[in-house]
Amino acid sequence: MSTKDKSKDESRRDFLKATAATGIAASSPMFFVKDAYAGSHNMPFRNNPGSAKSVKFGFNVPQSGAYADEGADELRAYKLAVKHLNGEGDGGMMNTMKPMSLKGNGILGKKVEYVTGDTQTKSDAARASAKRMIEKDGVLMITGGSSSGVAVAVQGLCQEMGVIFMAGLTHSNDTTGKDKRRYGFRHFFNAYMSGRALGPVLKKEMGTDRKAYHLTADYTWGWTQEESIKNTTEELGWQTTAAVKTPVGAGDFSQYITPILNSGADVLILNHYGKDMINSLTQAVQFGLRDKQVNGKQFEIVVPLFSRLMAQGAGDNIKGILGTTNWNWSLKDKGSQAFVKSFGAEYGFPPSQAAHTCYVQALLYANACEQAGTFYPPQVIKALEGFNFDGMGNGPTEYRAEDHQCFKDVLVVRGNQNPSSQFDLLEIVQEVPRSQVEYPASMFGGELGPYVV
Amino acid sequence: MDAILIQILNGLDKGGAYALIALGLTLTFGTLGVVNFAHGALFMLGAFCAVSVQQLLTLSKSVKDESITFFDAYKDQPYLEIWWGDTGTAIIDYAVPISILFAIPIMLLIGVAMERGLIKHFYKRSHAEQILVTFGFAIVVQEIIKAFYGANPIPTPAPDIVSGSAAIGAMLGLSESLVYPWWRLIYLLFAGVVIFAVFAFLKYTTFGMVVRAGMADRETVSLLGINVERRFTIVFGIATVVAGLAGVMYAPILPPDYHMGMDFLVLSFVVVVVGGMGSLGGAVAAGFLLGILQSFASMNEIKSIFPGIDQIIIYLVAVVILLVRPRGLMGREGVMED
Repeated sequence: MSTKDKSKDESRRDFLKATAATGIAASSPMFFVKDAYAGSHNMPFRNNPGSAKSVKFGFNVPQSGAYADEGADELRAYKLAVKHLNGEGDGGMMNTMKPMSLKGNGILGKKVEYVTGDTQTKSDAARASAKRMIEKDGVLMITGGSSSGVAVAVQGLCQEMGVIFMAGLTHSNDTTGKDKRRYGFRHFFNAYMSGRALGPVLKKEMGTDRKAYHLTADYTWGWTQEESIKNTTEELGWQTTAAVKTPVGAGDFSQYITPILNSGADVLILNHYGKDMINSLTQAVQFGLRDKQVNGKQFEIVVPLFSRLMAQGAGDNIKGILGTTNWNWSLKDKGSQAFVKSFGAEYGFPPSQAAHTCYVQALLYANACEQAGTFYPPQVIKALEGFNFDGMGNGPTEYRAEDHQCFKDVLVVRGNQNPSSQFDLLEIVQEVPRSQVEYPASMFGGELGPYVV
Repeated sequence: MDAILIQILNGLDKGGAYALIALGLTLTFGTLGVVNFAHGALFMLGAFCAVSVQQLLTLSKSVKDESITFFDAYKDQPYLEIWWGDTGTAIIDYAVPISILFAIPIMLLIGVAMERGLIKHFYKRSHAEQILVTFGFAIVVQEIIKAFYGANPIPTPAPDIVSGSAAIGAMLGLSESLVYPWWRLIYLLFAGVVIFAVFAFLKYTTFGMVVRAGMADRETVSLLGINVERRFTIVFGIATVVAGLAGVMYAPILPPDYHMGMDFLVLSFVVVVVGGMGSLGGAVAAGFLLGILQSFASMNEIKSIFPGIDQIIIYLVAVVILLVRPRGLMGREGVMED
């Protein structure tokens, strides 16, 4: 073959290669291509920081209402996260998180600032507060909340407005089930996981012949928790005597507790959280339920979703009571210890599970931006979807791409009978492995929705 | 049978609280003709008297908590315990009963100051204006409390000796499952004593006789040379004390927070409306009636027939009463009927 022919042939081959490569690239959806939006700062999106030197987060937490205790602790954790992101303090979990793209100089070189809002533990107030932060304060990301009703409402708003929502404490199956959204992410565990984790322990400690009476907070979280725990206990062979809905923030639960006394039930399951749980548990104990013998068995109370803050509010009433929790400050892994040390040094007491999940969420969002190299939400979402990480307190964890639910180990805990300190209120009964609480993404239905809104 | 007995007891217990709160409200309306939307805030202030006394008694020294090794943690040790040991602990344990002694003068002072400083300027104004100004006042009080004490409920327990429950069934030879918390029984008894004292004061003292005469015909009593207004100021003070005491005693049942007054305000107005505006007997009767109805409506047997009835029963009764008998169960003819 002549030199001329050879060069013509190479040229044709190069042309065919180039055409094929262009065709493949053009036929691939943009979001499957890594770095498709790299350098996409020019893509229009809401509250694009552009060339500004800082970015703003919106911390939307309950500062009043039934979950105000959790809200206060969430805010403390967020402030600590902002400090660490900006390279101040000891860095906390930024020293233990793997993989880690953050450099301690803000996010993509921009300093992190924040504004706060009060959800009042009410969906409408939470939406109004989030909307204000998005429209007036120009926040790039909304995070927080200690109620699933609030989380679902704010998540929907964030999807409409194209702003990422990193949920705080929300335990309803619906948050990453039927109400899941592309722009919403949950690190916290859910009611189904609580049921799966609690089941074997309940069987071991209380047997298979029990009659359960549920008192349930009358909103999305209460309903799904009741359903999940009922399914678990009925699988064990327990009967459900009654499942009674109670209004959120009822205060005095006495009229709901008195019917339990003669119901024949020997277990009370309190699907309450925060202030409601403190009140209902305290009143149940005042009515002598824990001293009762029914059907020849000791009457027991179970609180499927526990927290140290609630344990603090309920005082001695919590001792010996079983429940589950997302995280506890007494965990010995490096991530937990780094966070507890950092939080304790800042505030003088250990963080709650609400504080932990919020701190982690803030870091995960920041890390995703850094990893994606942009604040453009579809690209940040892509970085979070399927993200596997460790060193954040619950062992190896995955943000499942299909429903934006984190999967990790769950703790079964008991109110500590002999606390060694004022904070040592929960004793870890079992660290339930992630494999025991996993479920198919399609189980709770829902659609994530589009990346670009 | 046990189930019915315990619901009746629960109804009486709830009714006692409703009656006590509504009593002061209707007393204010009956004497001064003022619709006081700040009454709930006065109830809340009473509860915070208990909180304040508890905080005063538990003023503490910060001591390093040696059991925490991750960071420097401190725990509080009350001075009373440091100084007097078990006696100090016992005094702290009785914070709520002790706070009653403080609440009476404090609430009386607040009541008189409120009447002289604010309410008296609105005697001749419309009910709508009275509602607006007292509601505004309630919000201000609420926010002040929030600023000082925070938004979270503050546990204010009853003394240890009455923190458990009484085995009423065993005492009366009935089922052993019939038990009721001691503090709620004490609250019911306390409500009864206060209600009786207010009635006795109005019925058997000269002061009370003048007040009752003033409630019936203010103008004629004034023409007789009696300073009705001064007496009415004292009545407002008494109404404030009653609301405050209701709050103090309620603190162990429901940990006080700045918003608790608003939660009770609507309820107490419904009680007053059902009982009859300005009728003391009506308020008490309606309080107990609504308490018992609410308790029975929460029974599973009733809810299986009428789902959700427990949450609307009180308002349903109010609607029916307003339609059938606008003046309320024991209201005076002509009052709130036009």
